[in-house]
Amino acid sequence: MTDTTSTEQHVTITLNGKEISARPGEQLIDACERNGVYIPRFCYHPRMTPVGKCRQCIIEVDTGRGMQLQPSCMLTVSDGMAIDTESELTKQVQEGVLEHLLINHPLDCPVCDKGGECPLQDQAYSHGPGESRFVEQKRNFEKPIPISDLVYLDRERCILCDRCTRFADEVAGDALIHFIDRGNATQVNTFPDEPFASYFSGNTVQICPVGALTATPYRFKARPWDLEQSESTCQTCSVGCRVNIDTSRNRVLRVNGVDGDPVNWGWLCDSGRFNFEQIHHDDRLGSPLLRTDGGELAPAGWAEALDAATNALRGAADSASSGGIAVLGGARLTNEDAYAWAKFAKGVLGTDHVDAQLGDGLPAELVLGLPRATIDRAATKGGTVLVLGPDLKEELPVLYLRLRHAVEFDGATLVEITPTETGLTRYARSSIHPTPGHTAAVVRAILDGDTSKAVGGVEPADLARVAELLRGADPLTVVVGRGSLAESAALTTDAAAVLHDALPEARFLPALRRGNVFGALDMGLAPGLLPGRVGLDEGREWYAEQWPGVPSETGRDATGILTAAADGHVDTLVLLGADPLADFPDADLAARALAGARTVIALDRFVTDSVAKADVVLPVAGYAECDGTTTNLEGRVTRLSKRVTPPGTARSDWTIAVELADRLGTDLGFESVADIWAEIEAVSPAHTGITLEVLAQAGNADGVLAPPAEATVTLGRAPEAIGEAASDDATAADPDQPPTDPDAPADAPSTTEAAEPAELAADSEAAVEVVEEVAADVEADAAEADADSDEPSEEVPARVVAGRPALLEFVAPEPVAEPGPVDAYALRLVTRRKLYDNGTLTAHSPSLAPIAPGPRIALNPVDFDKVGVAEGDEVRVTSAAGAVVLPLARDAATPRGRAVVTTNQGVRITELLAVDAAAVDVRIEVP
Amino acid sequence: MTTGTTYPWAVGYVAGDRPQIVTDRFQYEDSYTLARYEATGGYDGLKAALAKAPSEVHDDVRGATVLGRGGAGFPAGIKWGLMPEGVYPRYLVVNGDESEPGTYKDRLLMERDPHQLIEGCLIAAYAVGLSQVFLYIRGEMALAQERVGVALNEAYAAGYVGKNILGSDLSVDIVLHWGAGAYVVGEETALIESLEGKRGEPRLKPPYFPAAIGLYGKPTIVNNVETLSNLPWILRNGPEAYGEIGTETSPGTRMLAVSGHVKRPGVFEIINGSTTFRDVIYGEEFAGGIRDDNDLKAFVPGGGSAPWFLPDQLDLPFEGRPVGAAGSMLGSGAIMVMDSTTDIPAAALTLTRFYAHESCGQCTPCREGASWLERILRRVVDGEGTRRDLAMLVEAGSTICPGDFPHAASERLGLEASPFPYKMTTICFVGPSAYAPVHSALTLFPEEFADRVAPNGDGHAPIPVTVTSSAGGAS
Repeated sequence: MTDTTSTEQHVTITLNGKEISARPGEQLIDACERNGVYIPRFCYHPRMTPVGKCRQCIIEVDTGRGMQLQPSCMLTVSDGMAIDTESELTKQVQEGVLEHLLINHPLDCPVCDKGGECPLQDQAYSHGPGESRFVEQKRNFEKPIPISDLVYLDRERCILCDRCTRFADEVAGDALIHFIDRGNATQVNTFPDEPFASYFSGNTVQICPVGALTATPYRFKARPWDLEQSESTCQTCSVGCRVNIDTSRNRVLRVNGVDGDPVNWGWLCDSGRFNFEQIHHDDRLGSPLLRTDGGELAPAGWAEALDAATNALRGAADSASSGGIAVLGGARLTNEDAYAWAKFAKGVLGTDHVDAQLGDGLPAELVLGLPRATIDRAATKGGTVLVLGPDLKEELPVLYLRLRHAVEFDGATLVEITPTETGLTRYARSSIHPTPGHTAAVVRAILDGDTSKAVGGVEPADLARVAELLRGADPLTVVVGRGSLAESAALTTDAAAVLHDALPEARFLPALRRGNVFGALDMGLAPGLLPGRVGLDEGREWYAEQWPGVPSETGRDATGILTAAADGHVDTLVLLGADPLADFPDADLAARALAGARTVIALDRFVTDSVAKADVVLPVAGYAECDGTTTNLEGRVTRLSKRVTPPGTARSDWTIAVELADRLGTDLGFESVADIWAEIEAVSPAHTGITLEVLAQAGNADGVLAPPAEATVTLGRAPEAIGEAASDDATAADPDQPPTDPDAPADAPSTTEAAEPAELAADSEAAVEVVEEVAADVEADAAEADADSDEPSEEVPARVVAGRPALLEFVAPEPVAEPGPVDAYALRLVTRRKLYDNGTLTAHSPSLAPIAPGPRIALNPVDFDKVGVAEGDEVRVTSAAGAVVLPLARDAATPRGRAVVTTNQGVRITELLAVDAAAVDVRIEVP
Repeated sequence: MTTGTTYPWAVGYVAGDRPQIVTDRFQYEDSYTLARYEATGGYDGLKAALAKAPSEVHDDVRGATVLGRGGAGFPAGIKWGLMPEGVYPRYLVVNGDESEPGTYKDRLLMERDPHQLIEGCLIAAYAVGLSQVFLYIRGEMALAQERVGVALNEAYAAGYVGKNILGSDLSVDIVLHWGAGAYVVGEETALIESLEGKRGEPRLKPPYFPAAIGLYGKPTIVNNVETLSNLPWILRNGPEAYGEIGTETSPGTRMLAVSGHVKRPGVFEIINGSTTFRDVIYGEEFAGGIRDDNDLKAFVPGGGSAPWFLPDQLDLPFEGRPVGAAGSMLGSGAIMVMDSTTDIPAAALTLTRFYAHESCGQCTPCREGASWLERILRRVVDGEGTRRDLAMLVEAGSTICPGDFPHAASERLGLEASPFPYKMTTICFVGPSAYAPVHSALTLFPEEFADRVAPNGDGHAPIPVTVTSSAGGAS
């Protein structure tokens, strides 16, 4: 990649006698590599502070005082620098250091997992002396010792490069491994009785330049040369980290992070890294199940199962009541699956009772309507981040890493308004914990500057401090999510609305956690929405042209659907990978709903508690079993890669939608994932221009933000189409005119077949050419923007695309009433999540399942002492909605007067929740 | 035969009939008490300093050209001037982690005259405008810790340390910190790391001095105990008086610790610059000659890290430049003398083993190389080595110090000097220090190694040692 901009400053250095231009501030080792000269290295990692420990990258550098030996990882380029990487002296040093690194290395490459992809091995070949002259006894340590539940350490292989220890301290903030002892006896180890229990421990395995660190899920499973590697996107949470999936013989064996600037920088959380184990779990559904007359779920053929599903849907569609069919879930699907199901549910079945969320997130209008931030914007140098809601370390771990880095290294200011302390609290300039039910009031008081009295349990001084920190914050990014299920989402919505109103420059990063929840919402899997972030009313005319039909009125959300089902108003309930019994914040309602719906059709990978209540169960393909795309919390569309075949006869969700539609007499028009994406690109105003070709470009490996920046909107269009779209205002104004996009279906859904393969191919070719030119410009612009300021290049969302409906704008709802005070005998309930829980992915990953912390209810020591039992004793927790038994924990981080329970840890704490309550109070009883 | 005065309470110290700037009080048994200190001009230097502007005090020190006594010989006044202006807080760190093999002068200064050191700290603090001093004393020096600790308490009680010292605006706190027993912490950036509570590992250079980014990332001066102990005298007597002693480039006195095969090992305060090694080793008022009147075989001129000298270099004066040109360094002021009975390979092994043991483990060449050198050398000393091992010593050493390594000239071998310094692949000097004795021994006494690996049929064939022929500059 060459820089074409003139504004960027260059530093001219002489590399092996040839003048090259480097970027100011760049490390010498990087400048050389970009110019084709690779300098061997072990300790250097571009995402961590250079330490110059291994001494492998020493070269001869002249900075005006004659040639001197310098570690190239520690030097930033300066004008006039002369470098010799090929001198005899350099070669002598590089060979010497490599020989020294190897003298105590066991050279057990034949049995080492790293062999074949080992930087030490590779560089010993490329830069080493070829043979060792070391005849002495090598250093001996006990062979691999477990340093955590997931990681083994072989100290004999370790070359003490400080990568893992630096990562733990500098990147993860969990300095649980360190060097101990000295000199030749130095070793990496944990502190006694303190395992390396970091959510990010797997990264140390990935960055280890030797085989010293190995992870239990991969140890002795494969040799690198037997692995096939393919880039994809992690779908564990909504951060959407870039990953490499390593497979062999139709099994996923390993997942590694891929370094990309906008999202994960190469890091992954251990959940995302290791939960691939669930893909091959024995409990995966491999064949459809049908409820027999005896009431059991029994295996059935696809024809039989699809018939049963079709009959249920047909019956429901035929019945007069519009509440006949409802669809819940979809947040773990690919974008294409979600779109196919949106089209099927809304366009064919005509129901708008569709919700990808399960009452545990935020309203779709809020998520899609607020001005969206990128992670880079949130992590801007000197910027301010307000976290409103969840514990990002537990829910979106890599976002936590990015924000932590922004605070620790880039001078960002972090402010927290969360129900309890979080993983980020120690990095926050101010961290306040409003009493659940009063979050919106607290935010209002802060923004109104009314800090004369305590509000919602927050002292005036703390309110004033947050107000001070938010005043003039530039740029301000609000990470908004659902901090606690025991506080109504309406309060978070209210708080976000107040922030949006008072701070119009603020951008929002919605922190919903499920893998592709943003893709599902973008594809219209929410009531009142159509694909492309379009309101039902705004998009009705447009989609009436594209689809067989459009729902006539706004449907119910998850709460509404379950309430209706419980009341017997839902005939057929479709669960798209949804488990409302586990997740819906009102266990009682969820149970009544599943009992109340006449037929429940579940598409899932496992028999979850909810699936066990279904009448028709259709096994579906999951992560690494589907091609397609996914969308992260920024709206970034990235590609997924199908690496293995699903178990048994399980198939992709979209094919089931196509099949069911077909049986109901409608052709959805899709024969492949590519077909679906082509239609999304053609009809969705948020995805215009994001063709598969654009996504496949090397420059877009990190994905493309939807909606794309203005410049990107034209990508993938034939030039004449761009001209028409831009010049023909009438087209834009007149919805009756057919869209100018040659790929788009011209008038009716049935015309999707008009796009013939040959035409498509021709268009694609033309498009690619345009794309390449424009992409170069875009990159150049981005580079320029980067050079001009420290701010990340911000892509301005296009709210209106010619000929298509406008994107949704957030309209603040009416404020909700606050709950009353907590009575003297009760504690206000807070729920929080942990990274490892009983969720499907973790519970079916043998390496991760055992490290879920288990259920507990935590009280402040003052409240704890009042209960009068020992730590760990079980207590009965009762709310107005229900009761559970939980072990009691003493926790100084819990504010007084609150009870903090962890969700989904084996005890169904949703029993305590009532979906209509603004806040929940509980009593603790000793049984 | 030997002259000079010794005192039972200052074991090892030998006073002589010459100016004694820092050891004058050693004659008193109670030299470490505040009462004695005050009775002998104590804290007068501080009073003199307080009567001047800080910049004038700085000028005095700069004018006196007090060369750093820790090993590098960098002038203290210039070092102070490297601090960025207007950046506070700033710190003075006293390097009392004296651990260089053969060096035990700072220990005596701390044990015998702790108030002199404290006064020196206060003068420095006043001159460069700081209010926090950290006094880092080597962990093994129990008596020094105790004496400095007691002296600090006395000084606090008497108002010399603390708030508004002697009624002035100067407020200085001095914190005593005990080391945990690592040689490398004598390196100033490692000492700072250790003070910060981290592993004692040298920081990367640049920055070459912690003056701008030091302790807790703030401007920091690190001075040696002896360096600071000179300041009270300079303030009392003026830089001119200091300059009258010694030579222009090496004024004043300096303390030397002599050990090894001499008649009277000990600590001497010598006149800087003009005194020669011959004076110190053979002088009746100093070490008094070689034990049993044996011949001198070799000596280490500046602490265990320094390349060795032969009798050929005895007439060199205590001046940094000529000593560097001759292939070694003045270093920490420690002379180790080896007489004709010395087993040279074994002597080299003793020193190399020390550095291998003290390597912090940070840099690969030192961590792996120093212990490799030790093991090869051990084999040679044990008579189990081969010629290949001798070559291996040089080759392994060249990974730590590629290129020419300094060594002394030898008339006997027809060898010209290779000047100081050397190229190095490590962050600090511990790695090269492990190789220095190996290189000196192999280069200056090849026959002793050949003997050790002989008989091998071809007699004393040339030992594969790189011998530089010219005094061309190694950069």
